[in-house]
Amino acid sequence: MTRRPHRFLRRAVLSLALPMLLFVLLVATGHAQSSAFDRPPAPVTNVALKDAPDDAGGAITISWTLSPDDAGGAMDVIGYDVRRSTSPDGPFQTVKSVPRGSSEAADETDLDSDVNYFYRVVVKDAKGEAPSVVAGPVQAKVQWFNLGRLNTLIATIIYITLLLYFIFHAKKGKKLFIRRLAGLDALDEAVGRATEMGKPILYVPGISQISDVATIASINILSGVARTVAEYNTRVIVPNYDPIVMTVAQEVVREGFLAAGKPDAYDEHDVFYVTTNQFAFVAAVDGIMVREKPATNLFIGMFFAESLILAETGASTGAIQIAGTDAVAQIPFFIAACDYTLIGEELYAASAYLSRAPLLLGSLKGQDWMKICLIGCIAVGVVTLLFGIESFRDFFETPLMIFRQ
Amino acid sequence: MMRRQVPLLICFVAGIVMLSQNFIPPLTWVYQQALEWARIISAIALFIGLISLVRVHTMKLKRKAANYRYSYVTLFALCYMIIAGFLTKYGLFVKLHAGCDTGSAWEWIVTALEKALNFQEIFLNVQIPIQATMFSLLAFYIASAAFRAFKARTFEATLLLIAAMIVMLGRVPLGQMIPGVKEITVWILDVPNTAAKRGIMIGVGLGMASTSLKIMLGIERTYLGMKD
Repeated sequence: MTRRPHRFLRRAVLSLALPMLLFVLLVATGHAQSSAFDRPPAPVTNVALKDAPDDAGGAITISWTLSPDDAGGAMDVIGYDVRRSTSPDGPFQTVKSVPRGSSEAADETDLDSDVNYFYRVVVKDAKGEAPSVVAGPVQAKVQWFNLGRLNTLIATIIYITLLLYFIFHAKKGKKLFIRRLAGLDALDEAVGRATEMGKPILYVPGISQISDVATIASINILSGVARTVAEYNTRVIVPNYDPIVMTVAQEVVREGFLAAGKPDAYDEHDVFYVTTNQFAFVAAVDGIMVREKPATNLFIGMFFAESLILAETGASTGAIQIAGTDAVAQIPFFIAACDYTLIGEELYAASAYLSRAPLLLGSLKGQDWMKICLIGCIAVGVVTLLFGIESFRDFFETPLMIFRQ
Repeated sequence: MMRRQVPLLICFVAGIVMLSQNFIPPLTWVYQQALEWARIISAIALFIGLISLVRVHTMKLKRKAANYRYSYVTLFALCYMIIAGFLTKYGLFVKLHAGCDTGSAWEWIVTALEKALNFQEIFLNVQIPIQATMFSLLAFYIASAAFRAFKARTFEATLLLIAAMIVMLGRVPLGQMIPGVKEITVWILDVPNTAAKRGIMIGVGLGMASTSLKIMLGIERTYLGMKD
């Protein structure tokens, strides 16, 4: 009997204390959570500054460890501001803003080389922001050589040496073999056919600018075509997509007629500008093919989606068609719709093939040797990697690694 | 002599500088500058192109050449778009509207002219649909070209036909239900197709570099309208 009040009291205390304890815990947790959202985020740490490599001194890379509230915690970070100053005491100006989850940024805004810069990374959320400690100084230094392209430089030197060797070798008068290119052999036949039919020849030098090497290669071929056309007393129509290409084409065709001894036969209205709009150009050239019905169509240069529209329209008019392009995606279309196609590098070999100039033929030999070197490297690389030997592959990275160290 | 030597010298120096800027970062500004110049020259060259276009078509009209009536259409469209562009750009119709009484005949005329000469409207409702029409022809031409290319006359053409059939089947849901077709399609595209493409690209890269060197050294000079 004497124990009963104690037991009652203990039960009463327990029954009250437990809900109270739970209530206190809930309130405390809620408070802790709300306070995590109410306060500014925790600042970033380990801010590291590095001069961006292989550049002209215009960039600094800033990296940091994410704010604890971004990589976990409250997870309410909006993003980071990278602020810069020339003094550790400020004032700091925002030069870059990056979204949450970013731990690196590149500052490329009006940096002078050999000036000390200080940075702080400011983490932001809806309630405020927290700056990191000031990091620095760092300088954006000018690098006089792009080490990232060392391998390219070595390959370029090897290739140029090979080309020069064979060019000067050819200069000595050694006869060089060049394989038959059916497309170029058919040029004379195509011009002859046009002459017999009394129809013109259509030459489209692609739809790219003169800065495109394929366009220059096309202009080189046009030179030979213009000469042959002049010799046969035939007309050549050259519609142009680019006005600069047009001026070059006019000059080249005029020279071709002059070289054939028939400058008066040249009509400058046959080499003209159409438009720099892709499909408007196609419509115009299609119109020429359908109305003028040229005996031969030559599509040589850089082409895009319009290649098949041109080639199929030409095929429907019954013309002999010779195409040549280095645009890999367009080659199958030309092969399907044209009689002859110069594939890729054949376009660049055409000038040497047509002129048979020893110096030009020498460069082709150099190209072939470089190709043999590359094929050899690829084959050895494949075989060695199949056997798990990585040293051959690493050999190509070695010069770069040595210089980096 | 000067006509030949000066362009070749400029070409050689420019080529060396442009090659060097690939490896010497402080020289990259030269490349950026060259791009700026190219833009300016292109803008000026457009006038040369325009002159060429007008000359060719006026000549056709003068000579009453075959199909000369199309030249009227070209020259009319050219002038129309130039006028529409300038009027839209300088907001002439906004000024004319400001001086009109609401509901007057003059306002009606100005509104009609504004609609007829709205550059953006003409571009969106005439030029874009015409371009889309031209592009759409590609679908039909692909079918006709494929019909010719896939005729199994030779061993190579038969191989092409079989590969094309498998790839086409592997690209549609029905074909993918056939066991193995999807895997063979991916293999054809990733292995022989990619290998062939890369082979062509290596040749193209070497050809480009070789042509560039020949131009720099003045060995290749036909682009200047000169023979060796």
